[in-house]
Parts: sequence; C-alpha cells; structure tokens
Amino acid sequence: MTTALILIAILLLGSAAAAMLRRNLIHSALLLIASWAGVAAFYLWAGAEFVAFAQVLIYVGAISMVVLFAVLLTRQNPVAELPAEPASRMRALTGITVAVCTAAILSAAILSSKFTPAADTAPQTSVKQIGLELMHRHGTALLIVGVILTVALLGATILAATDAKEKPEDRP
Amino acid sequence: MTPLHLCLLISTGLFCIGLAGALARSNTILVLLGIELMLNAANLNFIAFWRFGPPSPPANGMIFVLFSIAVAAAEAAVGLALIIAVYRHQNNIRLQDATRLKG
Repeated sequence: MTTALILIAILLLGSAAAAMLRRNLIHSALLLIASWAGVAAFYLWAGAEFVAFAQVLIYVGAISMVVLFAVLLTRQNPVAELPAEPASRMRALTGITVAVCTAAILSAAILSSKFTPAADTAPQTSVKQIGLELMHRHGTALLIVGVILTVALLGATILAATDAKEKPEDRP
Repeated sequence: MTPLHLCLLISTGLFCIGLAGALARSNTILVLLGIELMLNAANLNFIAFWRFGPPSPPANGMIFVLFSIAVAAAEAAVGLALIIAVYRHQNNIRLQDATRLKG
C-alpha cells in the first residue's frame, strides 16, 4: 500500500518539478497533465473515486486543453528568446530559496506532530450519498459555485474576445 | 511514520514546487500553472485528512475538494483569458513587461 503511494508520489512530484524547469512551454503543459493524472491516482489510492474522476474530467480533460490553447495562441518567436539577465536569475534564486525554506518549515512541522492512528479502510461513501449531501447540507454553496462559474466564464469570454470594430488589415 | 505523514509530505512537496514555479518563472502561463499546483496540493491535504484523520461527517472532505476544483477551474479560465488579453496588447507574456494596467 505504501509502495503504491511512493510510486504515485514520484510520478506526481517528478512531472511537476520537470514541468516547472522546462524552457519549452508545450513540454511544461504536457508534463503538468501527467502531474494532474498523478493527483487523480492519489485520490483513487485514498479511496475517493468520485473526486478522482472529477479530477480527470476537469483537470486532465478541460483545464489542460485551455492551457494548451493559451500556450499556442501566445506563441512567441523563437528568435526572440532572450538570454537570462541577472535580475531574472536573481529572482529565480530568491523564489527557489523561499520555496525550499517553506518546504523545510512545513516538513519539520509535519514530522513533529502526532496523529491518531487511522482507520484501516476508507470511509464508505457512495455517489448517492455525495449527491444528497451536496443538495441538502451544501445546497447554498452549490448555487454560489454555479454563479461563480457562470460569471467567471462570461468574464473570460469578454476579456479574451477581440474588438469587433478592428479590421484585420489594420493589424501590424 | 503513518500514511498521513507521508501524504502531508507529498502535498508539501507539490505546494513548494508550485511556489517555486510561481515565484521564479517569468512566463505568465507558468506562474498560473504554479498556482494551480498549489491549489492541487491543498486538495491532496483535504483528501488525506478525510481518509486518515479523525472521524468526520461522511463525504465531507470530498465535497470540500469538489468545491475547490470548481473555483480553481473558474480561476484558470479567467487567468488564461487575462493572459491572452495581455498578449494582444504587448505581443509577449513576460511578467516583467506587463507593468501597465491601461494599454
């Protein structure tokens, strides 16, 4: 059981780290899809099947497509690839230092805390139970999430839409 | 070391990879993807505590994660639309060059 978790962790963390290190954006996006699939595998391992399928549908299916479209639409001229200037290298170094310090603090806190022993099996939850919970106890939250998604998607369309008055021949 | 410790360490690793990406890269898309990774790390924690934590109402952790995924999806859509709008103004998506709010 722990072996499977360690394999999943290697897939998840390895592809996420590789994605953040690659210079080629398309490689990064594809590696992040692998990382999101690893997160779905973790959910399956923990016994949360419904969330695992939601993760596959939303992240591996939908968000990855949006990211790939954004990468392709904002493609830059490869000649314009600038060498890293000192300021950006300094910033990268600072960012990595902050991340390593955060990792050290969080790991120390986790390793020094004591947790009660867990149950051997995952809590039994059926899809029917999740649906009833969503509609009864969390009905208001579900409605608010629906409104947020509608507003966000409309706003995204308006932000990304081209100005209709602009003629194609006016573009440089 | 219990499985809960291991899960929390994995999600710490994912969070810090996302943090490093969001702080260190100068490409706007990669910064947004780093933020997505941090959100995913939080979701891993929800599921880890739901599975290995003290007893809670059934499906509590899963419902938290479902809402969090929905908000993350909305955030990704708006963020990428903003990136495309910025790209249309200045023809690149480097963070250092996006210093004006009004183009």
